[in-house]
Amino acid sequence: MTVAIERDAEDVREYIEVASPAHPSLIDTDRVLADRYNMVNVPTVVWIDEQGRIVRPNDVAFTTEAGGNYANVSTDDQMQLLRDWVRGDLDAKSPSEVRALQSLPSADDQLARAHFGLGNWLWREGRAEAAARHFTRGGELAPHDFMIRRGTMRMVGQDPFGEPFREMVSAWRDAGNDYYHPLAVEKRRSGPFGNAG
Amino acid sequence: MTAFTILGEGSAVEVDASTDGGPVRLSVEGVEQALGWELTEEGFCLGPVCYPLPPDTDLVTDAGIDLTRLAALIDRPIALDETEGAAYLGVSARERSQELELLYAPEFTLPDLDGNLHSLSDHRGKKVLLVAYASW
Repeated sequence: MTVAIERDAEDVREYIEVASPAHPSLIDTDRVLADRYNMVNVPTVVWIDEQGRIVRPNDVAFTTEAGGNYANVSTDDQMQLLRDWVRGDLDAKSPSEVRALQSLPSADDQLARAHFGLGNWLWREGRAEAAARHFTRGGELAPHDFMIRRGTMRMVGQDPFGEPFREMVSAWRDAGNDYYHPLAVEKRRSGPFGNAG
Repeated sequence: MTAFTILGEGSAVEVDASTDGGPVRLSVEGVEQALGWELTEEGFCLGPVCYPLPPDTDLVTDAGIDLTRLAALIDRPIALDETEGAAYLGVSARERSQELELLYAPEFTLPDLDGNLHSLSDHRGKKVLLVAYASW
């Protein structure tokens, strides 16, 4: 399932219509996924098994090599791992291994999301300045939450690929932080996916 | 009294509030209408869950219920904008973390381009690769 995190469906209508995917292709204008899964950036992928259990939590994955390079992940390795899982050639991680890879939200993360929620409503009401104040507050509370910091740029008249974004990421990285947080891709078929421990 | 909008995920309820000088206060009925919590002899209750009123606070006064203090009592993060007449009550880190740690993928229902709703649970019995992406 793909879920586009957008202001409204029109932001991605053209892409989805051209791609015409066979899988469910959904639109999330309220950060529902971000709130439920503690997602803080895009792209984020989660593996869910036949019983509806998370077997690989939030990870960064791109479909193109260029995108993967930007996040310092190997798209080929990730695709191979995904194929192995789908074919049943990977042993499941134990629940404790999955939990060790999870990132759980803090109180400030959830407060930031409340400020996003208020700002999003104000924005739809046409109260752009008030909305911007709450997006800013959300970003202050959770500076690692780029669903808020980058994902609201268009709503406040900024280009999410332009100078404000580049400055944001530069400052973030200069302070010693990573923009993406990929899980390590296991190179071997056993090891972390095996029955160790 | 002034109109005040109480927001949550996918909900917006307008209630009366008093905001003169002090904290934003709602009536008992307003709290129940907007949030579902009832003020009883045992404190604030929602279904089987009750939180006793903390002693020595003015959470509840003759002027009404302090919305910010109520949010703290029921463990909901709150973003409140008195000037704009609205507040958003989110879901706590504790509740979200407990759900994630169970490792059952949290359920969601979202529309496709045509407005048709899809839920994660529609795909039980199949492996699901959930991909969140954006145009930004």
